[in-house]
Amino acid sequence: MVPSEAKKYLSKEQFIHQAFSYLEKGVEPTVKTLWLNDEIQEKITEILEHSYPKLRLRYWQHDDQTVWFLDEIGKERPISFGISVKSQRINLVKVLEFRESRGGEIHMQAFTEQFDQIKLTDDNKLNKHIDGITGATMSVSAMKKIARVALMLDKEVR
Amino acid sequence: MKFKLALVSAALLACGTVNAAEPTNQELLDLIKSQQKEIENLKKSVEEADEKAEASVEAAEKTMSNAADSKLSFGGYGELHYNNIEDKESIDFHRFVTFMGYEFNEDIRFFSELEVEHSLSGDGKPGEVELEQAYVEIDVTDATSIKSGLFLVPVGILNETHEPPTFYGVERNPVEKNIIPSTWWEAGAGVTTELAAGITADFAIHSGLEVPNDGGVYDFNIRSGRQKVAKANADSFAYTARIKYTAIPGLELAASIQHQTDLTQGVLNADANLYTAHAIYNVDGFGIRALYAGWDVDSEQAELAGQDKQDGFFVEPSYRFNDEFGVFARYSEWDNVAGNSIDTEMEQTNVGFNYWPHQNVVFKFDLERRDGAQDGDGFNLGVGYQF
Repeated sequence: MVPSEAKKYLSKEQFIHQAFSYLEKGVEPTVKTLWLNDEIQEKITEILEHSYPKLRLRYWQHDDQTVWFLDEIGKERPISFGISVKSQRINLVKVLEFRESRGGEIHMQAFTEQFDQIKLTDDNKLNKHIDGITGATMSVSAMKKIARVALMLDKEVR
Repeated sequence: MKFKLALVSAALLACGTVNAAEPTNQELLDLIKSQQKEIENLKKSVEEADEKAEASVEAAEKTMSNAADSKLSFGGYGELHYNNIEDKESIDFHRFVTFMGYEFNEDIRFFSELEVEHSLSGDGKPGEVELEQAYVEIDVTDATSIKSGLFLVPVGILNETHEPPTFYGVERNPVEKNIIPSTWWEAGAGVTTELAAGITADFAIHSGLEVPNDGGVYDFNIRSGRQKVAKANADSFAYTARIKYTAIPGLELAASIQHQTDLTQGVLNADANLYTAHAIYNVDGFGIRALYAGWDVDSEQAELAGQDKQDGFFVEPSYRFNDEFGVFARYSEWDNVAGNSIDTEMEQTNVGFNYWPHQNVVFKFDLERRDGAQDGDGFNLGVGYQF
């Protein structure tokens, strides 16, 4: 409802470290760039109902795993998410920064772990029901959409 | 042929004679240095070109995200209702609401809500133009904020979250309308703090109700006591405290208590307490909402009329089949004169569905049956939106 100062839960570096914690010492994921051409923006728009306000996205890849950092507005202010996709299923999702005044509960593990192993259906929807949070409808919706975008982008770079 | 070969051989020998002097080491060194310089210049040009390209991309992306960075925010909601109860038919654009907010800096912000109720306001007209929220909020720590101005009282389910796509039923439930009484706003100051992840506490000191007390039919009627912060009598203030638990996805538990120092603002010395508790649980499409609210009014006059006790509850199970469609049933019971010895309890049952063509747009239908101290059957139709 009201914009507010960002609550920072996790940095991008910490998220990458968590997502690739299984890698042996000295092995690093490759940093790559995906340019958001018209075709990709069209697919994003189908999910977010608006295009993504970037020309390109950096992502981190190792074997069949990709890590993405995406923002989406909940009610009024952007929420920053980190999403890791492995074998075309989400294996880690976190709220990195939250700027809305309501709906901060979406950062809690009890909520985010519902996304574990979720994947896309043929029509780019999530294949599992996510229990919402009362009074945080817009933040929950933003997180569900961003999960779909990350899974779709992962498919694009395969 | 032989003659031609001889000529070529002679030419090559001549060339060999001319270039017989090998370049000196110094000459080679100079050549290498000059080539190195050329390479460095080229590298620098490429780096500069990269930097310019990067700056252009960043500038373009900044322009693309400017809308999200705006300090000004705007939103709204609205709902149109058609009611047909006991052959009494009416159609009404019940609420047209705009939100406007402004972020002064990361810690200080303003928020407002302006509403036109029942389409048309003015003398003898059915509606009103109402300022329902206008407050400044300041973050004092990461977990605590204070606010001051005109704000929604932190009680019940619908008082703070009442955008039409967020609830079932064309009309809001009668318990929160007649007992709480939503939508209820007051002026004052409040603090909200997150005690732990998913546990929030609110406390507010604010203007109080002023219920009628002139011997008329609305005496001690809670809903009629809302002064709406319109040149309101500020003789007697009120205090509200709430605790809310939302640590488990789909679950919300909350309880609040409010103390009114005098419901009659200095006339009858009628202090009162409001107690509310509610639970919401949604899991795998199944949902249930339940709420209790009750007043305890300490006043002889209220006691004589049976209005020292005013309370009610509702229970609302629902099932959402998918993003677009859900059904519900709601049973409500309330009594604004529960302190008397006669049967004055109102009962109401609603059964119906919501259809969301978009998450922020909803069409609603419900059947309504009124029992107890009221009668009537019928149905309601509605359309609502939020953005």
